[in-house]
Amino acid sequence: MSEVKQTHSEPGWFTRLAHPGLFLGWSRHIVIPLAGLSTIAFAIGLYLAFWGSPADYQMGDTVRMMYVHVPAAWLSQFCYALMFASAIGTLVWRHPMADVSQKAAAPLGALFTALALFTGALWGRPTWGTYWEWDGRMTSTLVLLLIYLGIIALWRAFDDQLKAARIVAVFTLIGAVNIPIIKFSVDWWHTLHQPASVFRLDGPTIAPEILTPLLAMTLAFSLLFMLLHLVRMRTEVRKRRVRSLELAQARAAKGARP
Amino acid sequence: MKGLKAILLRDLRLGLRQGGDLLTLLLLFISVGILVPFAIGPDTPLLARLAPAIVWVAALLAQLLTHDRLFRADFEDGSLIAFHHAAIPLEAIVLAKLAIHWILTGLPLMAATPFLAVMLGMDMTMLGRALFALLLGTPALSAFVALSASVTVGLKRGGLVAPVLILPLTLPVLIFGAGMMGDDTFGAASQAGLFLAALSLASVALTPFAAALALRVSGE
Repeated sequence: MSEVKQTHSEPGWFTRLAHPGLFLGWSRHIVIPLAGLSTIAFAIGLYLAFWGSPADYQMGDTVRMMYVHVPAAWLSQFCYALMFASAIGTLVWRHPMADVSQKAAAPLGALFTALALFTGALWGRPTWGTYWEWDGRMTSTLVLLLIYLGIIALWRAFDDQLKAARIVAVFTLIGAVNIPIIKFSVDWWHTLHQPASVFRLDGPTIAPEILTPLLAMTLAFSLLFMLLHLVRMRTEVRKRRVRSLELAQARAAKGARP
Repeated sequence: MKGLKAILLRDLRLGLRQGGDLLTLLLLFISVGILVPFAIGPDTPLLARLAPAIVWVAALLAQLLTHDRLFRADFEDGSLIAFHHAAIPLEAIVLAKLAIHWILTGLPLMAATPFLAVMLGMDMTMLGRALFALLLGTPALSAFVALSASVTVGLKRGGLVAPVLILPLTLPVLIFGAGMMGDDTFGAASQAGLFLAALSLASVALTPFAAALALRVSGE
């Protein structure tokens, strides 16, 4: 065995981000403050959403559903952007934490997309009179959910997680190219089969007393997403470490050649 | 160029000699088309109205389930590793395999469409439109199948993951394909035809690069 040359310089930010051990070290100090911030943001956001904002003159109290629905829909797309960035990190720099970030993000993306669809359905019932409408936006969100679930299925199909990361990264890029095309085709299809009347929320302006709680809740949900993503990444690093320790132990116990 | 021609001919011969594969593909296509009338009853006007949808869903399923054919055998017998180091770029080899896949699946599906047309009560003009739509759309389907095949080639149990993975991405093909056979009063069908052709051209042009990247990762 050759001597490993000791370097005394401080690791750079890229190494700190890329090295799983260093990542566990610095991210430990972020989890609690992030959880605190997220709790405070939720407290403010929920207060504004329930008591600090008026009911809509048409939809009544059901408008408050928007304060969960819109952040979830925003995160469902933000999460794909995050996975896209991580996929580039995996393919270009073979960044080990990018692999972990991709894997940690996929179930969260599926969760928030499902939440957006679920709250949309609950909201649609009193306002549109139906749980599901083949509306362009709802349909593309459903397809996005299917893509997330496909990515999770692909992760699970591989035994070798290093190879899985690179293959999933390729597929994530393919999906990123396709999502705008799917969105466009669904919109085209929707205008072709325009239903009689669908209530539309996106008026020219949103009143500020509704916009403020909406932004507060979006911030709260985004902080929650970052927190969950970080915790999932930490769990994934630990899981991999446990697995490699178990493998080493099994090898030692069976007396197999290293 | 010579090497590419050799690969093209090799794949074509391999595909044609395994006649069972072709039969399975056609059986699947026709069976899916027949399942629908059994499910909704022998209502001819309704079936004629649903015919474009039935033809496209059947074609989609039949082509998606042939993904194992593209790279699996080459991966298992090691030819794929030879392709990595061949003088021809891997992208060109993927394009050749894509072309052969289309000849061996897209064309037979079009040849079998008249049978479905008779059973589903389509008239001659509708059959012509169906064939034209399939001609424009099946290359894109082949390209998507090549993508899913390249992503799952390293998996021992890739059988079901590949179709599940690629199904959402093939949605535009289905939408424009069925749209092309629909009502043309506002020029919607011809518009769909243009979009379908654009989709086929773009996906055939881009797929070799993505699929070759996935194959390189799988072969590492």
